[in-house]
Order: sequence, then C-alpha cells, then structure tokens
Amino acid sequence: MTRHEKSAHFSRRNLLKAGGALVVLIGAPHAFETADAADETAAVGAKPPLTPDQLSSYLAVNADGTVSTYFGKMDMGQGLSVAIRQIVAEELDVPVKNVGISIGDTATSVNQGGASGSTGVQEGGRQMRMAAAEARRVLVEMAASKLGVPADQLTVTDGVVHGKDDAAKQISYDKLIGGQYFNVHLDWNGKYGNPLYAPGKARPKDPKDHTVVGQPVPRDDIAPKVFAQTDFVTDVKVPGMMHGRMIRPDIAGAVPVSVDEGSIKHIPSAKVVWDKGFLGVVAEKEWDAIKAAKELKVSWSNAAPPFIDQAALFDHIRSAAARKHELAGKQSGDVDAAFQSPARVIEAEYQWPFQSHACMGPACALVDIKDGHVTCWSGTQKAHFVQEGLAAILQMPRDNVRVIWTTGPGSYGRNDADDCAMDAAVLAKAAGRPVRLQYMRDQGTGWDPKAPASIHKVRAELDASGNVVAWDFLSKGFSRVDVNTNGSNPRDTMAGQTLGVALQSGDGFGVPEQSYGFANKRTAWETIAPLLDRSSPLRTAHMRDPVGPQIHFASESFMDEVAAALNMDPVEFRLRYVKDPRDLAVIKAAAEKAGWQTRPSPRKDQSGDQVSGRGIAYAQRGQTRVAVIAEVEVDRSTGRIWPRKFTVAHDCGQIINPDGVHHAIENNVVQATSRTLWEEVKFDTKNVTSVDWRTYPILEVDQAPQQVDIVLINHPEIAPSGAGEASSRPTPAAIANAVFDATGVRIRRAPLSPDYVKSALS
Amino acid sequence: MTQKFSLNVNGKTQKVEADPEMPLLYALRDDLGLNNPHFGCGLAQCGACTVHLDGKAVRSCVTPLSQVGGMKIVTLAGLGTPEKPHPLQAAYVAEEVPQCAYCINGWIMTVAAFLRDNKKPTDDDIRTALHGLKCRCGTHMAILRAVKRAATMMG
Repeated sequence: MTRHEKSAHFSRRNLLKAGGALVVLIGAPHAFETADAADETAAVGAKPPLTPDQLSSYLAVNADGTVSTYFGKMDMGQGLSVAIRQIVAEELDVPVKNVGISIGDTATSVNQGGASGSTGVQEGGRQMRMAAAEARRVLVEMAASKLGVPADQLTVTDGVVHGKDDAAKQISYDKLIGGQYFNVHLDWNGKYGNPLYAPGKARPKDPKDHTVVGQPVPRDDIAPKVFAQTDFVTDVKVPGMMHGRMIRPDIAGAVPVSVDEGSIKHIPSAKVVWDKGFLGVVAEKEWDAIKAAKELKVSWSNAAPPFIDQAALFDHIRSAAARKHELAGKQSGDVDAAFQSPARVIEAEYQWPFQSHACMGPACALVDIKDGHVTCWSGTQKAHFVQEGLAAILQMPRDNVRVIWTTGPGSYGRNDADDCAMDAAVLAKAAGRPVRLQYMRDQGTGWDPKAPASIHKVRAELDASGNVVAWDFLSKGFSRVDVNTNGSNPRDTMAGQTLGVALQSGDGFGVPEQSYGFANKRTAWETIAPLLDRSSPLRTAHMRDPVGPQIHFASESFMDEVAAALNMDPVEFRLRYVKDPRDLAVIKAAAEKAGWQTRPSPRKDQSGDQVSGRGIAYAQRGQTRVAVIAEVEVDRSTGRIWPRKFTVAHDCGQIINPDGVHHAIENNVVQATSRTLWEEVKFDTKNVTSVDWRTYPILEVDQAPQQVDIVLINHPEIAPSGAGEASSRPTPAAIANAVFDATGVRIRRAPLSPDYVKSALS
Repeated sequence: MTQKFSLNVNGKTQKVEADPEMPLLYALRDDLGLNNPHFGCGLAQCGACTVHLDGKAVRSCVTPLSQVGGMKIVTLAGLGTPEKPHPLQAAYVAEEVPQCAYCINGWIMTVAAFLRDNKKPTDDDIRTALHGLKCRCGTHMAILRAVKRAATMMG
C-alpha cells in the first residue's frame, strides 16, 4: 500500500464527507495534514514506494513549509514523539514546532520495529536523524542550483537556505519541495524492525553544534489528553460497528463443547461467534455485548486442571527438566576448577513470581473488513507485526491490511493488545461487520501474557584474603518468549491458539549485565516448558525490561550478600570490582548525591519496630547504565516497607530531552517498586486467580516515595541508548538491600509484600 | 427493557434510551459520544471512569443509569478548556504528568472535588485522599507534584 492510496481512502476530508462517524487520524495536528494534500497535487507516479530505501518514507516538506515525519516505532507515553521531532528539527534546521509526527501507521511508515527494547531513540532516532540530515543535504543542493551559489557556501536557518555571506541569496524549503515528494534513494541495510538502517550521503551534525537536541522541549500530546480532546484506541468508532466480548474458560485449556445460543436470545442483536476453542459474542450495543458474554450458557470440555499448586511453583522450576541451557554474557577463567578447592563459598537462591502487565485498561481493538481491505486500530507496540498477524489469520495479502496504532490504555511490552487485535479480526470476519472488541478487567489481568517466574542460583568463591575469585550465576525459569514478542504469527496469539494453531514455545532468558571483573565468571540460563502449551493464562512473554528486574534482583542482592560477608561497605565493594568507567561513574554519582555514609550493612544502631536502611544496586542495559540507591523504612510489626527516597544516577549516552528522560526514570522506579513490593500473579490448579486490582494489587499513591532524586549524566559524544526500561532493572535489589541494611534479614523472594516480610522477620 | 432518560451532562440536557441497569459510563461513551471517562475495571477499583455527579467524584462504571436522575454530570471535558483550564488541568500540563494518560479522569476528577473542599491540604491529606486510584505507568511522583501545584493555585 502506498501513501497515495492511503490519501485517497483515508484523508480526513473524505471521511468527513462520508458520514458523521468519528474516525481518527493519528498524531498529526491539523497543520500536518497537508501531507495528504501533497499526495493529491503531486504527479501520480512521482510518489516513491513506501520502502525503507526511500527518503520519502520518513519525511516530507509540506506546501506551507512544515515537515511531516513518518515513524515506524511507537510512543507508549514516554515522550518519544517529541524526542524524534527534536532530532529531525535539529538536522533539518527547522523550528521543532514545525515538525509533526505520524506514528505507527502501516500505511505511512515502514517497519522500524515498533516499541521494542527501549530502542525508540537508539535505533528509531538514529534512522530519523540520518534521514533528516540527508533531506537537508538534498535541499541545500537544490538551493545551490537555484541560487547559483555553491552548496558549501550555503547554510539553513529556520527552513530557509541562504548564503553564509550573502543572506539576500535565499530560498525556503517549501519553495524547493513543499508539497512534493523526495525522490531520494537511501543505502538501506536490507533489514526490517529494530536493526533497520538506511543512511544517505549526508553526515549528521556534530553534537557540539546541537541546539534543539538536549533541550527540555515539552510534549505536545499532554494538553489534548488533559482536556479530553484525544481519542484513545478505545474511542475509535466507524459506521456499522458492533461491539464484541470474548469468553474464556474457568479451567484453562478447556474448550466449548456446546453453546446455548437461546440463553442470550433475549438480548437484542447479540450473536455468538464460536469456532473450536474460540468463543465470543457481538452485539450492536456495548452493554448488550457485555451482558451476552456474561449470560451465555456454555458447556466446556472436561479439561484436567493444568497447573500446579502455586505453593509448589519454585520447587517445580527447580526440578523441571531444562529445555535449553545456554551460557551467555562474558565468561572468564574456569569456574568449575576455581570452585574445586575454595577457601570460602557463599551461595543463595532468589525467586521471582509471574507478573502481569495489568494495564490501566484491558486491551481494545477495532477491525473493519471491507472490499477486500482490512483496517485495524490497535494500541499494540508493534503495528507492522500485527499487520502480518491479521493478514495470516484472515488469509489476506499483507498489503491489503492496514494497522493504525492508536494510543491505548498503557503498554509495557507484549501485553494483551496483539491478542485483542487478532480476536477482533476473527469476530469482525464472522459478523461481517466492523467489530470493536475490548476485553474485560479479569481478562486484562488474568489472561494477558505474563512476565516469567524464575529462580536464580548464585555462588561466589572467596580466597583466604577475602577476594572474590569466582562467581557463578544461573537463572532457571519460564521462557521470555514462550509466546513471541509480537502478534505477527497466529500461533503466538490467543485467537490462533484457540483456533487450533499449535504453539511453538520459544526459548529465551537472559543474564546479568554488569562489569564486575572477577577472575572466574560464568553466567547462564535455563528455560523450562510452559505449564500449559495452548491458550494459557500463564503463557509468558516480554514485560518491561524483560527478565531484567528478576535477574538483577538476584545478582545485585547477591553482591550485597558478598559485601556483607566481607564486612565491606556495599558501594566500596562495587567500586573495587566493577571495571567499566561509565558504570563506576553512575555508582559514584548516586552515592555522592545520596550522601552515602561508608559502612558495612546491616545497621547495628536500631531497635524497636520502626527501622530504616539504605541499599544500592546498579546494572547496565545495553549501553545504558543506572545506579539506584533506595532508602527504606520498615515496620517490623506489619512487614510493611516504605521506600521513602530513591537516588538514581543514569547514563544513556547523549540525552535528547532531559525532561523526557527524567520522567521515564521516575516512572520506571515507581513501577519497579510496585513489582518488587506488591505484584504476584496468583493461580490455582485451574486458572489464574488474580484478576483485578484487589487480587493483583499495585503500588498505591500513599505508598509512593517521598522523593526521587535523579542525576542525569549526559554524554553528547556517545550515541544515545535507551531510557525506557533501564531504571526498572536495579530498583528491586536496591530495595531488598536497604531492607537488609535496616533489619539484618535478607529477603530473597519477590514480592516483598507485608505478609511475606513479616514472616521473614519473625 | 429499555427506558428513556434525560441526562444533564456538562451543562446540556441529553436524551438516552437504555437499560436502567446499564452503568452511566456506557451512556456517556457510547450513546453520547463522550469518550473521556474510560473503562478501566468496571469494578470501581481504579477510577478511570470518574465523573462528577452534583459535584461529587463518582465511579461511573458502577453507577446504574436509574440512579442518576437529574443530577448534574460533569466529565473531564466539562471541567475546563485550554482557554479556561481547571487549575489541576493546568498543573497536569505544566508538570507533564501522564505517561499513557488512560488513568487521568480518575485523578483529575477526584482531586478537583477534593481540592474544592480541602484548602491547603498537607502531603498526608493528599496521599490519603487519593488512595484507591490507580496509575499503572507509575507517574505517582508527577501526580503529587501537580496536585500540590494546583492546591497552591486554588489555595
């Protein structure tokens, strides 16, 4: 599908003419819709294909001189849009207010990987920077020809190319190309997704010349949301739309054997959509769909309860056969030999439960199938992959499917959004009408893909002088890719699995990312099979900083254990063994900002029920590194932990927008605190039983920290790496280490809920 | 059986014909096209659907139409505008509070009612009053900054 076709079908003008229904064009303020006008005025045939090797696939100069950008990654609310606009404005030398951005629409953007691994700036921004730099180069060359001035004697100010010495020689971008397409070929590396890279001939600016990048430009998406002017994916409506609801079994794995359609015949327009294990309802009115889903009488197959007792979860992980064992990360020395004759060995096991994305609202999607074309509005993190999934499940050519990312009810990875889009497609096809599907709360929390549960076995060998000479770290757990990180294949979605496509459970986990320089070092992981291999509410996938919080809860708690065993201050211990200079810098910066007092843990000067303590943890995430110091108060009588203050030092290379990074860090720390203190998927042998906010509690505002101090370490000379997830990584261990400092008791299992901590302290 | 209801929403009277047991949320969203109250849980556990009924913050997802009667309904869209923002809306923009923003009806509508009745609240007053509202993105620190900023503006 080309943008020209998109314009013909989807311009706001045509939609408004077509009828009164609200249909949303995403992201672009009114001024930036001129790109559509450009489609209509440009010579047909001059429009280059929407492929990664075309400059026009990333940006266009509109007739009024504004710039439209088309971005194949998604902004899940962390301010990525403004960061990309800043990068483009910087390279093009136009005011940032004149740069608009359209995000995650498969009809206007190429597959840059969606929201994935905090690569929005790192990879997506890199490509947009190269595209904008190339556009500026091409425009200056065009100006050189028009003005009769050599290109090297021209410069650009606010979208006007002019002579460096003769400002009278000038021509604006819009006069050069406004309303027309760039027809410029880029040197594409042939890859889609995160690694997509297609530079032109231009070199981007030297960071020392940046004036827009690095500035706290405000987000422009907030005011429209605060004044209720933004349509979320839940708000999109199209003519003739029906509402859908899905029905899931009480016993996971059961399938319907009979469905009594008569049981809902009193509900106007309600219809059943049933095929194998797939069961849903549609109705004209949303409330009727909800009632029909609740009242429909279904007989389910006599499935054996598929799960183990939750109390046996960690025993199960420990004893289950490892499906895959993999050494990963930087190994050194010979760990087995080193442990042959140790002076002293310290070892521990840590445990982390299943966790739910539990997004603010359950997923919603709208699918409209018309005249051989499909349009889907989805809050997915990966619109281009959902496009493939819908094409597969509807058996239609991919180019006939358009997915329009529309801001949704929160997203932190592979949540329920992709499942919802696929379910909605099946409903829409069966109904012969557009269907808007929203899951119910129990489905959003109970049936979303889960973050995997795991155990982590760690041991260290100390020599007679108290030096750490060997370190051995093994994670064992459910896979981070039991279902894949996106819905591009029906087998990875509830719709596909309920319709009988066999799961092909993938294997993936991870290892600590740190620079401790032990002479003998081994890091490895093992994955085990899922408890239920189809349509499981305990299927596992990526959730924010996939497996990072659990791995570093273990590795950084253990470093604290070693430091305590050596009677060393936890910061001193890290400064002694950590090797990477940027790692050392964040540890030192956090300690300095927090006013860290050098002494070993635990504190020995407290008595009574109210005690306090401090703890540090640090981690790398790719090229980003973060150190977190937590200061907690513990009520020994109730087991309640209050992280009163956090101090974070964060280095993600070049900072594009410090306000954006600041918010991303703060929100990561608070969400990770929630995961550390409160969050645990509950299940019995039949099903997941944590299905709402009472059974799956998260951090309440009255338990929020009093203070989060943040030190941003900016390296304009180092390519930016991600800030979207990294601070989630060291936060759990920082809290647990502070609890140890306060109480002298080491908690090795998350969540550190009041009941568990109280029992551990008694 | 459906019934006819006359609802006073953001200062306008609007007619709705619906099941009297249907929660107000669906009348606002689906029948009247007011998208700002969101469905979060349907259980009054999160706040995403919050509106004012005669000035009181109420969870519209569990409020049957039959109980609304002639009460004045105000949604986020009726609280303020870019030209005449409610202080809390101005504070939310100034502090760049939201991440996904799906939760903001709950916080803004609840806090607006709270600050109207509680001038110069302490930090503890604010934290206690907001217990039960959910923000999954973890924007709690920014929310608290915005509430304090608005409290100062309204104090």
